[in-house]
Amino acid sequence: MRALCWEGVDALAVRQVPDPELRNAHDMIVRVRRSATCGADLPLLGGRIPFLAAGDVLGHEFLGEVVEVGPEVRRHRVDDRVVVCAAVACGACWFCRQGLFACCDNGSSTGAAATESAWGQPTGGCYGRPAPLGGFAGSHAEYVRVPYADVGAFTVPDPVSDDRAVFASDAAPTGWMGAELGEVGPGDVVAVWGAGAVGQLTARSAVLRGAARVIVIDRYDDRLRMVDRHVGAEPLNYRYVDVPAELRERSGGRGPDVCVEAVGMESEPPGLLGGRLGGGADRPLALREAVHACRKGGTVVVLGTWTGFVDAFPLGAVMNKGLTVRSARQHGQRWIPMLLDRMARDELRTEHLATHRLPLERGADGYALFRERADGCVRAVFSP
Amino acid sequence: MGRLARGTIALAVAGAGATAVRALVVPRHRSWPRVTGADPRPARWQVVTLTGPPEAVLPGGRWPEPLRRLDGAVEVHTRPAPGGRGTELAARPLGGSPRLPGLAAHLVGDDPGLLIRQALREAKQLAETGEVLRADRSRLDRPGAAG
Ligand SMILES: [Zn+2]
Ligand SMILES: [Zn+2]
Repeated sequence: MRALCWEGVDALAVRQVPDPELRNAHDMIVRVRRSATCGADLPLLGGRIPFLAAGDVLGHEFLGEVVEVGPEVRRHRVDDRVVVCAAVACGACWFCRQGLFACCDNGSSTGAAATESAWGQPTGGCYGRPAPLGGFAGSHAEYVRVPYADVGAFTVPDPVSDDRAVFASDAAPTGWMGAELGEVGPGDVVAVWGAGAVGQLTARSAVLRGAARVIVIDRYDDRLRMVDRHVGAEPLNYRYVDVPAELRERSGGRGPDVCVEAVGMESEPPGLLGGRLGGGADRPLALREAVHACRKGGTVVVLGTWTGFVDAFPLGAVMNKGLTVRSARQHGQRWIPMLLDRMARDELRTEHLATHRLPLERGADGYALFRERADGCVRAVFSP
Repeated sequence: MGRLARGTIALAVAGAGATAVRALVVPRHRSWPRVTGADPRPARWQVVTLTGPPEAVLPGGRWPEPLRRLDGAVEVHTRPAPGGRGTELAARPLGGSPRLPGLAAHLVGDDPGLLIRQALREAKQLAETGEVLRADRSRLDRPGAAG
């Protein structure tokens, strides 16, 4: 089959690779119809995460149709149209039973021990990561193997288009989780840093949960226009306004109840050692501002993709304002059915985020547009 | 803490080769059993927590398949995990053993800790999901595959 392979730092090419095969009884094989770029890919693409090898296939947000099922798969059949959660989780371990699917003990092949040495415990798997971080090829390909298919794949309701449902794989559950970790409810003022797909979907989730005001901060006017038009939230361009002062004013001097960082390390140019897993430190500029802006006793939620260390984290403000800081990689299995329902009811619309729909052959161009945020690119979505 | 079962259960079990007899002990203290013998630096216990009671983790006292590969090279213990989280399964290289059986010696090589860790993780996956999750095979692992 054809797949978009990493060839070296910032180098991608479509190559012929072996078709995926069923490796476990709970596996199935999906023919990919849509596969989206994601900010979490950029540190990989840029060579900032070790272990990636030439020929590895990127991509973890995808939708397709089932073409082969293993003998233990119960919930899916050939020809089902499914969206697959980017997180690989077993559904059976203690963490999965708590709903902490991204923390699954069994979500990576047992040889993939790098997360344990980097972070102290093994974390759940994800598609399109180097073998020591999981062991599952990426989705920018014609076919993908889906382990634990009954747990991680979800049949898409007929009225929901491919271009909408593909965002239920990662960006929408991440956004919903941002609002949920912040316990956003009626009357809350919520500020979200970053108007990419995750930031917009966090803001939309906050709106759906009844927040009184939702404010999204970014520097790109095209993204902020989407916030106004598609999300129903208030855009704030930090190039033109003093963000902390503006947020104070819009929240009656209190500061937002919930501040969500949806920017991540990919927004910052790496220092000499920046961004590496367990290596040098990144500068969490948006996170610092979120901590500074947040009201006393409020919650700061970290959604951006972080893998290593950050410098100059304002712990003093966290302590003296009594803040709660929460973070996670998305536990999508918990929310994807609900999100698909909301998509079917038009409460959650995501097509506008797929600004660039490209054939897989143009994968390298898609990532260039996405990385540079060129031509108004929010997400490039590939169709193999 | 300190809510562990007080009882000590000793199980005599037949190993994979049906000749070895081992004692599987649910200890009464929080720490794993102290080393017996003269080795001044006993190897560390490695532990995983598995869903399910000890009887399900070691049915009939029988070691889970991934650990049976290390038969003769490691000792294995279980105890209930606190908070209803199942069973803590521990293994470590046999201390003070002058010689490991041939295959086991080959398997544990010069870093038995890594192999034990891997076997414990596999035993856990097997107990919790019914199978050991395998990685995708790379092109190099698949001679004859297209591309
Ligand atoms: Zn993603
Ligand atoms: Zn799990």
